[in-house]
Amino acid sequence: MVKLMEIPDEEFIYPGTRACAGCSMALIYRMALKALGPNTIITVPASCLTVLHGMQGFCTTKVSVLHTPFATTGASASGIVASLEDKGLADDVNVVAFAGDGGTVDIGIQSLSGAVERGTNFIYACYDNEAYMNTGVQRSGSTPPGAYSTTTPNGKVGYKKNMAKILEAHGIPYVATAISSYPLDLYEKFKNAMKISGPKYIHILAPCPPGWGYNPKDSIEVGRLAVQTGFWPLYEVIEGKFVLSKDSGKYLDPKKRKPIIEYLNTQKRFKNISDEDIEKHKSYIEDQWKQIQKRIENE
Amino acid sequence: MVDTKKDYQKILGSVQKPVKGEAGKTGTWSPKKPIIDLEKCIPVKSGKPSCFNCWLYCPEAVVTRTIPPEIDLEFCKGCGICQEECPVKAISMEEVKIE
Amino acid sequence: MTVTEKKSEISDKKIKILTGNHAAAHALRQARVGVIAAYPITPQSPVVEKIAEFVSKGKINTRFVKVESEHSAMAVCCAASATGSRVGTATSSHGLMLMYEMLPWASGNRLPIVLNLATRATGAPWSVWTDHQDFITMRDVGWIQMFCMDNQEIYDTNIQAFKLAEDPRVFLPTVVAYDGYILSHTMMPVSIEKQIEIDEFLPPLKHHINLSDVSVVKGIDPVTTPHLRDRGNEGTVPGYFEYRYAMQKALENSIEIIMNVHEEFSEKFGRSYGNGIYKTYLTEDADVLIFSMGSVASQARNVISKLRKDGLKVGLVSLKLFRPFPVMQLRKLFKDTKLVVVFDRDIGYGYEGVLSYELKAALYGLKQSPFIKGFIVGLGGRDVTDQHIIQGVTKAINESERGIISHETDFIGLKLEKLGDYDEKDYFKGG
Repeated sequence: MVKLMEIPDEEFIYPGTRACAGCSMALIYRMALKALGPNTIITVPASCLTVLHGMQGFCTTKVSVLHTPFATTGASASGIVASLEDKGLADDVNVVAFAGDGGTVDIGIQSLSGAVERGTNFIYACYDNEAYMNTGVQRSGSTPPGAYSTTTPNGKVGYKKNMAKILEAHGIPYVATAISSYPLDLYEKFKNAMKISGPKYIHILAPCPPGWGYNPKDSIEVGRLAVQTGFWPLYEVIEGKFVLSKDSGKYLDPKKRKPIIEYLNTQKRFKNISDEDIEKHKSYIEDQWKQIQKRIENE
Repeated sequence: MVDTKKDYQKILGSVQKPVKGEAGKTGTWSPKKPIIDLEKCIPVKSGKPSCFNCWLYCPEAVVTRTIPPEIDLEFCKGCGICQEECPVKAISMEEVKIE
Repeated sequence: MTVTEKKSEISDKKIKILTGNHAAAHALRQARVGVIAAYPITPQSPVVEKIAEFVSKGKINTRFVKVESEHSAMAVCCAASATGSRVGTATSSHGLMLMYEMLPWASGNRLPIVLNLATRATGAPWSVWTDHQDFITMRDVGWIQMFCMDNQEIYDTNIQAFKLAEDPRVFLPTVVAYDGYILSHTMMPVSIEKQIEIDEFLPPLKHHINLSDVSVVKGIDPVTTPHLRDRGNEGTVPGYFEYRYAMQKALENSIEIIMNVHEEFSEKFGRSYGNGIYKTYLTEDADVLIFSMGSVASQARNVISKLRKDGLKVGLVSLKLFRPFPVMQLRKLFKDTKLVVVFDRDIGYGYEGVLSYELKAALYGLKQSPFIKGFIVGLGGRDVTDQHIIQGVTKAINESERGIISHETDFIGLKLEKLGDYDEKDYFKGG
């Protein structure tokens, strides 16, 4: 595991962005760029991240960013990679797509799937705040069951798409889950991805103060609870081999997991969650960890 | 003949160059600012690089990883994460006037 | 991008018998396009297949991105162009419809992408045959649009398209269109020039963006407010309105550059197409001029000599440059004409054939503006015959003599009378 002082000092985002106070996405982006370094081209679809980059004329990052329409992140990254390959510069530059959950699991899923299926050499990072936050908290395919959103005022019905599993099914060499609350783990995962050639996918949970309904000062703690309750397991799948991350290791033991209600209670969006939906979450977490247990045993 | 110096020919696509404070002085977003009690701060007490949770968890990159850590109050949005994550409660959020 | 001679390159000038699709593919090859992203669709698929063949045989260094939809195709093209590569693609009809979101993205970002459009009717209902509806539907997105009438012209126009699109006074994406099946799948002799001569005519791209140079940090296409943005000594930047003004002015002023590139090409390679924006045939002494585009213009040309034999002084104007619409040039051309007969293989639904009403608007305010009569022909691939053209010209002369002006569309080539008592209701009778 990377040590605190191994993380470089240099910041690649200037302070004074339009991100909300306490925004997990801002922390994720800050850590990711530290790992990626200056030889990076980022592509970003319509999302909260678009806004963080600033309005016309003046941007906030020390790396180049290509903004692209909502559905096209994977294709945009493919285009950048193709051009770099055409110019013989592909080995010198990291191409990284950074999209929200809406732009990844809903409208962007086709272009992501295509880019990955073609073996495009890039990293796709999805920061998942579990709704269309930039446009005012409408539900997405990544919104968990029972959560309030402006388009699901009685709680979302259906499932939370498991994008990490979908990407694993594409057979790509690196898939990982991460979260803003464990920044050292996040940094290391970007570093690991950079060492591998081919399509890499990192799905990062990003607690959102206005969207989830909690005080900004609790951004780190809310995310921590997501991991401690077993709701959000941190892992990597490297060339098909499952590796449970150190920060999630102890939650294999169900007795060590905090009850899910502790996580749900921190957020106003779960204020009216039904008992049925809470049971759904409980059994989902149980199943999830049983599967993880099996995978570890079979490795 | 077409003159290459026409006004519209100096404008092509919408482009940006990097600046600090793109959204203005975001320090004005909140009157509350983090104040570090240097007698409790771990790296200050030990004199060695350690802890630095405030630097690590700041979403705005306004904390320096120095001994002692320094916070840029011009841009700090007052979110309070550093106060929550300091393991020895060395940080408190207080109302500060920015000159 | 280095210009190298590969052993497997076709280095000697040749005449090949090619379909329109393959002529386009050869032009894209010789233009040394860096990235092509395309998705197959009838009748354009052979362009994509030929490119793949060139790549697999090592005849070009082009990165061919085999995207999963046309929307992604144009997204890849935009990103690859912004990163600094020369980019080309091809599509048709519904493929173009699917790309539609990305078309203003390409022009707004001033990316010199060249798109080959094998025209095809749009559904519903499904049709694979040609008309010009897909071509005219994209007229408001800020692309340069040109229409070709034979396969040599497809090859020549592609080469010119890169040169004019990449001109620093232009920097606009360009469509090179040709009729599906009629040209795309029909074989004609096409002169393929020597690679070294094409390289002389078309130097490597000097892009105004070029993200591949990571030492210069650029943000591209952020949210752009209605207002100017003034940050004192950090600079003042335009608002959205200024960006759109710049794009429109670049389009208006590209007409002259298009004509210059065409002239340069014809001096070097010995082939020309009128003045590069329209072709004329026997117009000098004509009382009646036919105005049309593509396959319709080709058909009308057949008829000119027939009509002249019958004593009618008729001529033909075949429009090549559709956007920017060459208003000034057409006003000069038509200022003494008595009657213009327009044949549209498209409709601006709810109004008229697009060439018809755009010509009327272009000639607005002329001291002696001609009588203009428009006809709709050949939608969905319905054959446009000599009879149809003669019928149209005759009716137009008749109506102009009687001063009848109607804005209801006039269709030629319908076969309603053969439908008998067809009634769609009967299709779904129960029982």
